[in-house]
Amino acid sequence: MSADTATITTNAVGHAAAQYRRHSRTLWRRMLLRTETAIVLAIILLIIFAITTVPYFAQPYTYLTMILNSAPILLMLLPVTLIIITGDIDLSVGSVVGFSSAIFGLSFHAGIPLPLAAGVAVVGGGLVGLLNGVLVTVVGLPSLAVTIGTLALFRGIAVGLLGTTAITGFPSEVTQFIGAPLFVGAPAPMVTVAIIVVAIGFAVVLHLTPFGRGVFAIGLSSETAAFSGVRVNRTRLILFVLSGLVASATGVYYTLQYSNAIGTNGLGFELQVVTAIVLGGVSIWGGRGSILGALAGGVLIATLNKTLQLAGIGSDTISIVTGATLIFSVVVAGIAGFISRRRRSKASVIAAGVEKHRAIPNPKSVPSNH
Amino acid sequence: MNYTALLELHGVTKTFGAVAALVNAELVLKAGSIHAVIGENGAGKSTLVKIIGGLYRRDAGTFLLDGESVDFHNTREAKAAGIAVIYQEPTLFPDLSVAENLFVGRQPYTRFGALDRAKMRRETRELTQRLGVPIDPDREARGLSIADQQVVEIAKSISVGAKVIVMDEPTAALSGIEVERLMGIARQLRDEGKGLIFISHRFDEVFALCDVITVMRDGSYVATNLTTVTTEDEIIHQMVGRSVDNLYSKQEALIGEPVLEVEHLTSAGVFQDVSFTVRSGEIVCLAGLVGAGRSEIARAVFGVDPYDSGSVRMGGISVPRTSPAAAMRLGIGFVPEDRRKQGLAMTAGIQSNITLAIRHKLARFGFIIAPLEEPSARTWAARLQVKMYALDTEAQMLSGGNQQKVVLGKWLATKPKLLIVDEPTRGIDVGTKAEVHRLLSELAGTGVALLMISSELPEVMGMADRVLVVREGRITAELPRATATPQNVMYAATHAPEVAA
Amino acid sequence: MSVTHTVPVSQGRRSFLGRILRAREVGLIVMIFALVALTSVTQPGFLFSDGGWRELLRQPTILILIALGEAIVIITRNIDLSVGSILCLSAYAAGSLFSNFPGIPIPLVILSGILLGAFLGLVNGLLVAFLRVPSLVITLGTLYTYRGIAILWIGPHFIRSSWLPDEYRSFGTLQFLGIPVLLIVVAIIVLLIGWFMTSRRVGRDLYALGSNPEAATLFGLGERRLTVTAFVASGALAGLGGLVYLAIFATGDAQVGTGYELQAVAAAVVGGVAIVGGSGTIWGVALGAFFLATISNALPVLGVPSLWQQSIVGVLIVGAILLDRIVFITRIRRAKRKGTAT
Repeated sequence: MSADTATITTNAVGHAAAQYRRHSRTLWRRMLLRTETAIVLAIILLIIFAITTVPYFAQPYTYLTMILNSAPILLMLLPVTLIIITGDIDLSVGSVVGFSSAIFGLSFHAGIPLPLAAGVAVVGGGLVGLLNGVLVTVVGLPSLAVTIGTLALFRGIAVGLLGTTAITGFPSEVTQFIGAPLFVGAPAPMVTVAIIVVAIGFAVVLHLTPFGRGVFAIGLSSETAAFSGVRVNRTRLILFVLSGLVASATGVYYTLQYSNAIGTNGLGFELQVVTAIVLGGVSIWGGRGSILGALAGGVLIATLNKTLQLAGIGSDTISIVTGATLIFSVVVAGIAGFISRRRRSKASVIAAGVEKHRAIPNPKSVPSNH
Repeated sequence: MNYTALLELHGVTKTFGAVAALVNAELVLKAGSIHAVIGENGAGKSTLVKIIGGLYRRDAGTFLLDGESVDFHNTREAKAAGIAVIYQEPTLFPDLSVAENLFVGRQPYTRFGALDRAKMRRETRELTQRLGVPIDPDREARGLSIADQQVVEIAKSISVGAKVIVMDEPTAALSGIEVERLMGIARQLRDEGKGLIFISHRFDEVFALCDVITVMRDGSYVATNLTTVTTEDEIIHQMVGRSVDNLYSKQEALIGEPVLEVEHLTSAGVFQDVSFTVRSGEIVCLAGLVGAGRSEIARAVFGVDPYDSGSVRMGGISVPRTSPAAAMRLGIGFVPEDRRKQGLAMTAGIQSNITLAIRHKLARFGFIIAPLEEPSARTWAARLQVKMYALDTEAQMLSGGNQQKVVLGKWLATKPKLLIVDEPTRGIDVGTKAEVHRLLSELAGTGVALLMISSELPEVMGMADRVLVVREGRITAELPRATATPQNVMYAATHAPEVAA
Repeated sequence: MSVTHTVPVSQGRRSFLGRILRAREVGLIVMIFALVALTSVTQPGFLFSDGGWRELLRQPTILILIALGEAIVIITRNIDLSVGSILCLSAYAAGSLFSNFPGIPIPLVILSGILLGAFLGLVNGLLVAFLRVPSLVITLGTLYTYRGIAILWIGPHFIRSSWLPDEYRSFGTLQFLGIPVLLIVVAIIVLLIGWFMTSRRVGRDLYALGSNPEAATLFGLGERRLTVTAFVASGALAGLGGLVYLAIFATGDAQVGTGYELQAVAAAVVGGVAIVGGSGTIWGVALGAFFLATISNALPVLGVPSLWQQSIVGVLIVGAILLDRIVFITRIRRAKRKGTAT
């Protein structure tokens, strides 16, 4: 009987099926009702507010220093975003900055040419990233515990290597170039180009390649990903190495920008990185998020910080800005999640209603897990 | 007769949105008896257990305990009323000691306000000894065998004074001697006047242990039999019920060259020396009981699980161990048993789900964008008649049957030479079931080799060209379509091979 | 049919001596003694001088207190990264109470410090329990927020020892039978919490929650209540830690306690608390904290720059989780082998 029913309905169903909509929501809803849009809007509103009310905000120099100050965070958050999307976390990136800064400074101090010293530091960062990755994937330890441990370890090595000395005396033409505006009077420094290039690179990998599809799949369900041919552990390992590489490159940049290699460079950056990413709508449970959102989160924190500083709230506002925005964003996300869960459960009743007319008269099945 | 049954269910019904999981369930349990509830997968046994245990609330019908109507809102109320449920995989706290697990939430205190460990230890020892399985009360629960964990759960239910003890497929993961031990305990409890409900697939156990057998099929009550007056054949007939030929429209397919060749595959403690071949156009079914090792064999072939020795070849080429990606390149597809956890990313859209396994093929110059994915997703969703609104609808919004179609579409899109389907119709409605069967049959008709795992006998009978019966990790019988009957498959699955031979 | 009990009973009790020798606590005690002995041989003043003896015994008290709270939180399969910031706020709050209300009763100040810590912990706990956001994210946020509040409030100021009443400052140096009173007080707290965690229902429920959260929910243990309890305990202990900090150092600025969260996690993990929750003893944590604090005292004496201290903390954390993992795997293997043998 059921087989007949299926045959009869084939044509009608087939006709309907060919007309699936591409998206379940209209374009403007998809564009507007997302974290990225909210954050970008918040940034724009904040800048308008700051320009009109905060003295000295509307000057190229303000933007220049703002980007310079936030550049390390904006760079480091790119690979960490991918790591968080797979459901892992890397808390050691700030210490890798210090580690790379120490290696870079010592190599330079030992007379190694600057580019080679930078290369050594970046390779070193790749290796410590590999250590994290091996402990997480091969040994199977939780990434949170591992990277809390290596956070202390890498920082300890950096501080231990350099002691209380600071290595300075990097060639001034290099350090000045690093901090210089793109062109005379431009509101953005040279490093902006690097941020944009690296960000586009990571955005392409994450959003436009099969590898990126795998990254999302691991975060959504690592078991399903494994059953679909995603090399789960290899992907996670690659991401930890990438994170080490980018963080150490950031360490080199940071050292040159301040012309100062000390063991405490990048102290606490890991928390700012995670905050920016979570604020930008990347789910800490994995599976959801975008490079644009994470970057926007970082920019919002930087803008807020700069605004508060110029408004005279205090010179050291970064921690309260970071903390309060993070708590604010998870509270808002928590409430939004609650609302959408309620709406979804209503929607699923409606969706299920489509099936009702055939399921009820033939009540011969059982849900696997309710 | 003037007695009150311990527990009575009449006309109990439970639906989940679109799907009716249980219709008019009937069960009358008397004190001092062991009552078997038996049926195929999807017959509604688990739903029944969950209603009794307070995990679900019934939609309709009467539920009497000691003659009084009850309606549990949660497991705690059911427990307080004297109902204990022991699940197949017990839920103990692995870091706590056995004694503490027994008393969790109601630990006794000494006069000085500390836990009375001596008392807990003493009672635990007494209880486990009474059950014939002395377990060290001080050892932690981690590492206890499943059999011992069940003993702890049973001891817990006795110590809280449960009148009704439900065991949901307790023997599925037990060895023969452990089953004996459990049955001894069950008889002892029965003799103490408790009522036991015993859910099982295995006839030998049911007939050896139980006084009454209630058979369920497709979510409904079929019949209740006294063990003394019924026969295995009668029970099997009640379970299988419907006429097999009407449901499944298997087409004749041309059976060709061997596609998959598995030789001496062994994974210590899971399966041993498994060898078989699947040819193009052929549907080979792995039949057997839940826990017999069928899924494990399939997972090892696909490379999700490791194996110790043996070989897997596709079209003569060796399939590397533990690499699903390599298996996919050689043309293997795998529709897993648990579509929610292994088949789908539930919170991702239909399109991303369908194209996940073919993301490399769809990429142009290494890049993949939604427009490249859309045609495949659209084609396969339409060909499988997935009922959905839009391509970005989340998979969790679909009904079970439509979810399964999405998983099938995902794997058909890879154009497999061999498709492994593990319980392809579990938990989906009858109409979709027939569609899935038609589809698999058509697929075989196009020359694809199919390895199917199913616990539903009519499905096995209807679809298989060849049935391989797996029992305790070994292939114990190979039955061609012509000679396979529900009776001999079930017999081979439940009886040791020397008896079957 | 009668049941024959031929099934081998799952492994019996391990030998008493074997269990003692395997315990993390014993290993830590041995390491502490070895470290102290080694350091005293190099530099007798490390142990055999008034100041040396006192520092050895009273310095660890701060870390022990916050590590206890951290351990309770980790046992429930959560983490609290805000303890350092809470410690700072409590220390400064106590200092400014003394300064603004001269003559204020000391117990009242102590109570205020603990209550402030407990309140900040309550905020953590409520956010974690009700937002369904990992505690890592929440306490990362409050680590910053609490620190930010401290920075806004304290600014460039710092606590001056002249603010504090003499009686309070003398707590730091007071000794009873040659043992610093602070250590005695902390030891009593360790005993009380240890007793609570092993011998009260709530304590056992905290372990159960971390051991198997799904089972805890199914069982109806009261997951949210337990989570909040753990965070309040952690906050209160961090608050107390701030008071002890004040008694020992009699100073403090807006950066007090920076990085303590990592030391607390390290002490808990080194003391045998599994980062995935459910196991570990309070005694082990106290010893782990004592060990870490002693390392940082001993390193400079041994000629190792104290700068390397943090990398040793890192090695200890990674080493401890590796060790746990290896122990776990071998235990599972052993259990499996037994399983197949029967």
